[in-house]
Amino acid sequence: MSQELNNSVAAVDTVAVAAATPDKHQPWKELGLKQDEYDRIKDILGRRPSSAELAMYSVMWSEHCSYKSSKIYLRQFGEKVTDEMKKHLMVGMGENAGVVDIGEGWAVTFKVESHNHPSYIEPFQGAATGVGGIVRDILTMGARPIAVMDQLRFGAVDNADTARVVHGVVSGISFYGNCLGLPNIGGETVFDKVYQGNPLVNALSVGALRHEDLKLAKASNPGDLVILFGARTGADGIGGVSVLASETFDSTGPAKRPAVQVGDPFAEKVLIECCLELYHAGVVAGIQDLGGAGISCATSELASNGGAGMRIDLEKVLKRDESLTPEEILMSESQERMMGIVPKKDLKAFIALVEKWEVEYSILGEVINEDRLYINWHGEEIVNVPPRTVAHDGPVYHRPVEYPTWIDALNANSVNAAGLNRFADNATELAAQIFEVTSSPNQADKSWVTNQYDRYVGGNTALAQPDDSGMVRVSEETGLGIAIATDANGRYCQLNPYEGAKLALAEAYRNVAASGANPMAVTNCLNFGSPENPEVMWQFKQATAGLADGCLELGIPVTGGNVSFYNQTGDVAIHPTPVVGVLGVIDNVARRIPSGWQDEGHNVYLLGTTRDELDGSVWSEVVHGHLGGQPPVVDLAGEKALGDLLGGASLQGLIASAHDLSEGGLAQALVESSLRFGVGVRVWLTEIMERDGVDLTAALFAESTGRVLVSVGREDDVKFVGLCEARNVPVLRIGVTDVKGDDALLSIKEVADLKLTDLRDSWKGTIPALFG
Amino acid sequence: MPKIIVEVMPKADLLDPQGKAVANALHRKGHASITNVRIGKRIELHVDTTPTAADLEQAAQIAESFLSNGVIEDVVNIHVED
Amino acid sequence: MKIGVVTFPGTLDDRDAARAVRIAGAEVVPLWHADANLLKVDAVVLPGGFSYGDYLRCGAIAAQAPVTQAIVNAAKGGLPVLGICNGFQVLVESHLLPGGLIRNEHQHFICRDQRLRVENVDTAWTNQYQLGEEITIPLKNAEGGYIASEETLKRLEGEGLIAFRYIDGNPNGSMNDIAGLRNERGNVVGLMPHPEHAVEAGFGPDGAAAMRSGLDGLKIFESVIKAVVNA
Repeated sequence: MSQELNNSVAAVDTVAVAAATPDKHQPWKELGLKQDEYDRIKDILGRRPSSAELAMYSVMWSEHCSYKSSKIYLRQFGEKVTDEMKKHLMVGMGENAGVVDIGEGWAVTFKVESHNHPSYIEPFQGAATGVGGIVRDILTMGARPIAVMDQLRFGAVDNADTARVVHGVVSGISFYGNCLGLPNIGGETVFDKVYQGNPLVNALSVGALRHEDLKLAKASNPGDLVILFGARTGADGIGGVSVLASETFDSTGPAKRPAVQVGDPFAEKVLIECCLELYHAGVVAGIQDLGGAGISCATSELASNGGAGMRIDLEKVLKRDESLTPEEILMSESQERMMGIVPKKDLKAFIALVEKWEVEYSILGEVINEDRLYINWHGEEIVNVPPRTVAHDGPVYHRPVEYPTWIDALNANSVNAAGLNRFADNATELAAQIFEVTSSPNQADKSWVTNQYDRYVGGNTALAQPDDSGMVRVSEETGLGIAIATDANGRYCQLNPYEGAKLALAEAYRNVAASGANPMAVTNCLNFGSPENPEVMWQFKQATAGLADGCLELGIPVTGGNVSFYNQTGDVAIHPTPVVGVLGVIDNVARRIPSGWQDEGHNVYLLGTTRDELDGSVWSEVVHGHLGGQPPVVDLAGEKALGDLLGGASLQGLIASAHDLSEGGLAQALVESSLRFGVGVRVWLTEIMERDGVDLTAALFAESTGRVLVSVGREDDVKFVGLCEARNVPVLRIGVTDVKGDDALLSIKEVADLKLTDLRDSWKGTIPALFG
Repeated sequence: MPKIIVEVMPKADLLDPQGKAVANALHRKGHASITNVRIGKRIELHVDTTPTAADLEQAAQIAESFLSNGVIEDVVNIHVED
Repeated sequence: MKIGVVTFPGTLDDRDAARAVRIAGAEVVPLWHADANLLKVDAVVLPGGFSYGDYLRCGAIAAQAPVTQAIVNAAKGGLPVLGICNGFQVLVESHLLPGGLIRNEHQHFICRDQRLRVENVDTAWTNQYQLGEEITIPLKNAEGGYIASEETLKRLEGEGLIAFRYIDGNPNGSMNDIAGLRNERGNVVGLMPHPEHAVEAGFGPDGAAAMRSGLDGLKIFESVIKAVVNA
């Protein structure tokens, strides 16, 4: 008997069988469900679930798909919102990605997501499919994806396993993103031993669309066809579900199934072009991409969102592997697949377009006028459920929250309380520390990574790494464009998750403003330890509140995001690492502000105030191996004023360059701004020290917020300073730019004259030496 | 179902950067006795019936003209497997 | 003046090539891989990307496409053809240019602003440059290593068929630092770097004057307009 016939006759647990065998043992525990959740499913259905139904609920009610531990906190992002904030929001949270109106009839959709655990198991494919997944989310909104970014956190540089993960992840992102023809416009690469067994691979994508092209993931019209198209369905990513196979098969069971998904970017590129043509032809009424939980997710979400139902014949799915069981087909996470809702009248046109691109498709069924999802396997009903209960009415947990036992001691152990040597009177030592800090792995040049990414494709990249934000032109006619920056600081969040989340928001906001764009919207990827750990839940609660409060204060809404829990090894969780992405709009990318000075004889200004804030700083880590105290104070009103100033000054063309200050403080900003184009600078710090009451160490290395380093041409000085004063933004001239060339210096009065060539060798040498 | 196996290798006198990289990696792992590595391709042509001599000749032609690039690769083996 | 820009499944820089053609002052005619009709264009650009996912060998499957067959025939009759990156790989697989292109020596994809020397200006695509001119063009690929037999290399050097050479560092292990070639007739040119990414101020490589101001790629597209007009 062939495998397929075997499947259909011997082993399939149909709805009828389920109704007739209520006491049959089911592996709900092995599938990750709790007793009360299993009972609830039985309540919903009025019987025990079939094998396929059990698989669907177990995956859709998993943490990853249902957000059950985070839902009650994520609600804040939708609640702490004013009407003013929603003004430009076309699609908010809950959809595949948020959509923002940027003017001139254009809209932009963007989101960041995690693919952490797969990237530890199989770094190349984990990272590659992470990129593939987020790009599909953008495509699903009706947009052409126009750029990607990635936020990577790896273990300690001196741990042998780190290189394995680094090489795999960077190659995977390079492989997939480059092959899709998407410029990589920025991101972060951070090393910390807390991520050793739990690397974080977050991927962001942004897409552009005309307002009228917006697509939603809903099936509303009975009679419309449900069509699965793209790659064939195989055994990718169904490791967990194979426990079902072991229940229903004995010796004839299928071979052990892989837990990893394998990506084919060429298939996705073709899918992108095909989908865009389908959208423009108007032949698709609704569309959903297949990511986590594959067909289970796509069918239940499309039906649930549309308020209608569906009838599907699952054997019609085109398979790579004929031995797949129906449960496996439902759970498969094979990549590069989309599910479209196509009105019957548009079928011919749909087929013509997919055939043009040689994309395979299969009509699985149709939308029906009932609040039910029916799935048949060779004529027998294996799924009969109300779609909402699968897709949206999953469990909502109120996990226990406990104030951490260790945090008071951590907060008390500040840099000053610990009596750390500040070397404040030792200029020579501080000069050496400038090299140490700027060449430390997290602060060093990341070209080794970013040169493996295409930043040119599309011809619309106005800014990319190492500039403060990534900026892409959307309209070739007018120069309208968008800027995105992403930031996170696990060390700050470990000290204070509420403030730490706000700090990430503040930094991303500042980065966007420093490029000349106007910040408008926020996405986030919340990477935390186990939600079963009450102290982690406390961190999560604090961080989400900090982010929501921060967004409210800045007046920019969260449009969507992602949560990744369980980033921990044994009992040790990662530092809470909420990654915050801010999107801004610029009327014409021609006016973007470079992050370093290019001219001699320009005045250099430091905007903002410097405080004695070394706790959690790179300086404290690199020089003293210390983490303790409280992170820098956040003043969001000040950030807003600073952002508005930069926007106003940029519109008047007063700013030649702007670079925000963050990790590494003023020292880092001075080094990066000088090395950007190789132009030296002469600066003096005594005025900062006097005005703000800080010593030399703090002047160089404090990570106080709300500060930007700006260079201004002589002819614009008066106007610029006047503008700052009028807006109450503290401004202090601290230097003058100097010559280019081999003898160029970063000259810090009464500290040192540092040769740019030496700084460059040190800053550029670290990462290639580690991973080259 | 029978298959015609075509094996393609980079030309002996040309650079094989992948092979070189793998050899270096093996040496780093301590396998000093492996002096060199070259990496090629194995291509399977699945057919319905046992290939005849004419089928094999055609396969050879396909191998030369399409499955390999004669400038940088050699077809080193063609045989049938079940 | 009409210039065809080809799209294969997986082609990525066709829209960039089209933009470059427009900026240079010609009309763009999109050419679909499955269609052997070249629509009476005056020249053709085979753009960069990962046609057919680089399956089998880069450019190998694209070389078999109907449009490629038509281009090969037209090129033999003198039609100017430019192959950029993956397009260069297609030209090599179609035997319009000699040699092969293999994986970068250092095994990684590399994106960098590459210095080149223009070594031949008697072609349809390079006549607007000065002989020996040093230019900066973005390079971005993983399979850019030019490789050829000693005999072929001798011939290429001897007959002056090198169109562009890498200077200030060989980014991929290409033999003799070859970045681009021309055919004997001078109507076919292939190069690994991407001139279409250095044609618009604000989006090209950094220039001496300002960030992203490099426009050295524009002359390639201006050259063919000159060549066709003068033909």
